[in-house]
Amino acid sequence: MSSLTITGVTRSFGSTRAVDDVTLEVPHGSFTTVLGPSGCGKTTLLRLIAGFLVPESGTIAFGSTVVAGDGVRPMPPQTRRVGYVPQEGALFPHLDVAANIAFGLPRDERGTTGEDRVAEMLDLVELPRDFRDRRPDELSGGQQQRVALARSLAPAPAVVLLDEPFSSLDAGLRGSTARAVRRALQATNTTALLVTHDQNEALSLADQVAVMRGGRLVQSAPPSEVYLSPSDPQVAEFVGRAVVLPGTARGTRATCALGEVVLTAPAEGDVALMVRPEQVFVDLAHAEGVRGTVEEVSYYGHDCAVQVRLDEGTSVLARMAGVRHPVAGDPVHLRVTGLVRAYTSAGLP
Amino acid sequence: MALLALVPLAYVASYVVIIGPVDLWQLVARPRIAELLRNTVTLAVACMAATAVLGVALAVLVERTDLPGRRLWHGLLVAPLAVPAFVNGYAWVSLDRSINGFGGAFLVVTLSYYPLVYLPVVAMLRRLDPALEESAWSLGHSRTRTFRTVVLPQLRPALLGGALLVGLHLLAEFGALSLLRFPTFTTAIYDQYGSTFNGAAATAMAGVLVLLCLVLLLAELRLRGDRRYARVGRGAARSAVPLALGTWRWPLVATVGAVVVLAIGVPAFSLVRWLLVGTSTEFPLGELAQALVSTVVLALAGAVATTLAAIPVVWLAVRHRGWASTVIERSTYVANALPGIVVGLALVVASLRLVPVVYQTAGLLVAAYAILFLPRAVVTVRAGLEQAPVVLDDVAHGLGLGPLATARRVTLPLIAPSLGAGAALVFLAISTELTATLMLSPIGTSTLATEFWSASSELRYGAAAPYALLLVLVSIPATVLLMRTDSPATTAAVEERVPA
Repeated sequence: MSSLTITGVTRSFGSTRAVDDVTLEVPHGSFTTVLGPSGCGKTTLLRLIAGFLVPESGTIAFGSTVVAGDGVRPMPPQTRRVGYVPQEGALFPHLDVAANIAFGLPRDERGTTGEDRVAEMLDLVELPRDFRDRRPDELSGGQQQRVALARSLAPAPAVVLLDEPFSSLDAGLRGSTARAVRRALQATNTTALLVTHDQNEALSLADQVAVMRGGRLVQSAPPSEVYLSPSDPQVAEFVGRAVVLPGTARGTRATCALGEVVLTAPAEGDVALMVRPEQVFVDLAHAEGVRGTVEEVSYYGHDCAVQVRLDEGTSVLARMAGVRHPVAGDPVHLRVTGLVRAYTSAGLP
Repeated sequence: MALLALVPLAYVASYVVIIGPVDLWQLVARPRIAELLRNTVTLAVACMAATAVLGVALAVLVERTDLPGRRLWHGLLVAPLAVPAFVNGYAWVSLDRSINGFGGAFLVVTLSYYPLVYLPVVAMLRRLDPALEESAWSLGHSRTRTFRTVVLPQLRPALLGGALLVGLHLLAEFGALSLLRFPTFTTAIYDQYGSTFNGAAATAMAGVLVLLCLVLLLAELRLRGDRRYARVGRGAARSAVPLALGTWRWPLVATVGAVVVLAIGVPAFSLVRWLLVGTSTEFPLGELAQALVSTVVLALAGAVATTLAAIPVVWLAVRHRGWASTVIERSTYVANALPGIVVGLALVVASLRLVPVVYQTAGLLVAAYAILFLPRAVVTVRAGLEQAPVVLDDVAHGLGLGPLATARRVTLPLIAPSLGAGAALVFLAISTELTATLMLSPIGTSTLATEFWSASSELRYGAAAPYALLLVLVSIPATVLLMRTDSPATTAAVEERVPA
């Protein structure tokens, strides 16, 4: 295993810059997710790392070995030692589970040692050992993904690359498969990069989240930092729901349609304020805060999203526990809890 | 390989250029040509219409109603594919010599070719999402109106594709029409070639025939349009609720039964009768075995050559998509529109002029088979390669395999079944091929088809019977393969308008 260092990598298709001057460091043994909407260049980035594409400029290095870069002849995919897990697993349909897992082992290791390795890998991805003789079409989607991960881990790769591996699974299976994959990667201390458009997946799995937009990397940071302190309002709106309001800042405080709020960092003058819906407290009983009327309630069981029209006209989204909630037409009072991120116009993209 | 496929077309085109418009017009503007044109077009139009109506009606009855014994009827309705049209023609004309001319040709050819419409329409009906029909009902459409406005438009590609195949087969048909004494361009070209070796007249007629084929192809493309028909989304569609026939049930069973009796009952009866009571019937085991062996050897050689030739064409088309690879792939289909007689004629002339040593060799005959049947191998192998997505290669490269090892350990094992299926289809097509074999087979080489032909064209019907029986027997496996409407061959036939 080694770290992954991407420096100033660019790749275009025709006149479109799919990946534009991306720099990213994935520390040894860590798990990074690349998050972005479809078409943002994240899969291209993955294919550049795997060696299926060659960058026009910039360098890619596994540990101290440069595998592609300015002046270096790009290393072909088969010598890079990457474990590649594509969407839907792409298990070899003509081979059983054991042969799939042992596929990347050297010929002399595919025998008895290979069998031990297959058993070890099945244990690692939390599948029963008697699955070894099954055919890919006898496995569920989640099981196929686990076998695909086992196959990629068996030859002890330098880096594991996962391309939206859970997108084809249904919601229930997605969570359990993702957690099993993370445990297997942690147990083997594998450097891993996963691309996804699913914010929940990106935030819940990774040590580091790299957000891509229009081919550029706009922020890379630990999940909580990306969520609570996104680099700009667009990142804020892509990573979870966000209420963005104009306001006026004076030092560590600012005023906006939701009243006075406390800022994460001092600012002055006109700002855009980013408030997460769960920071907006909906007061049903007391007349404290800014007055408004409930327009719409979306009930999810564990919580609910409440759309409130403030008396002064602004519409604001709040999230509250699902135990006791208002109905459309109810008068409520709103106030903001916790710190709020302010963006000065200079900081806006 | 694509270039080889274009030899016949190049031959006809260059001939037209060399001979010049004046001489060409003299050759073409003759009463004989006008008569052939009238015969060919009338028969083609009548048969395409009849097979379209028969094919769709039978498919709907079998797939969408509660007709008793639907599975059995399906098998019986596909069965005529196992009887080569020339064997069917022989069966009818040998029963009753008065079955000839337009009426006889129309009857025999319609009964031989309606499965070419029936089969793709059945496959399409099975693939249609019943949710579409259910939506139409829920919007207040009656079942009849739903069929007309929702189902029928979706059957269009299958129906047009099937009718096009009937037309192309008909333009290429030599044996049956010759036996039924209904002259068309194909039979006339053969007569011209055989009796006088009149290259100029034969080639001029071949030119008109090729034009007719292209007109058909273009008409089909035009009618089909750009609309998308396929079901959106994956997953198994539910099967539709069958329509209750009520009192129509038994009359319709009788109608379907009558089609089956005419299409396979009569040929079977005729064949058995000749085998049992024919005065010229004999079982020369030595000659039968010899014909069978040379048929098998030629078919094997042709199947291997054609399948090998298909691999690079398919590889380029699937893995390196672009206009050049599309042109190469499509150009192989052009040969599919060319009748065997044109391919045969072109190779005779081209070999005599350019490489005389290959004339009258088995190699040239195998080349003709490869040109004629490359599309069948291409569609089947292509279906296989589509099942081996390029992402599997990516995974294998990621796991340390170079391109050769990936081909050996991933791609070849995955496409092996379709290579086998493609080779089998070509093998079976070659073993019943008549026209090109008659023109190109080396002197002294007799195959089942040529032996059958020499006996039946001399009216020795009994002597032809054992060969006819063997021809039917070798056609059965391909027919069984086609009956599985989910097979890649059938899917390909539906989508690519290629006889599988």
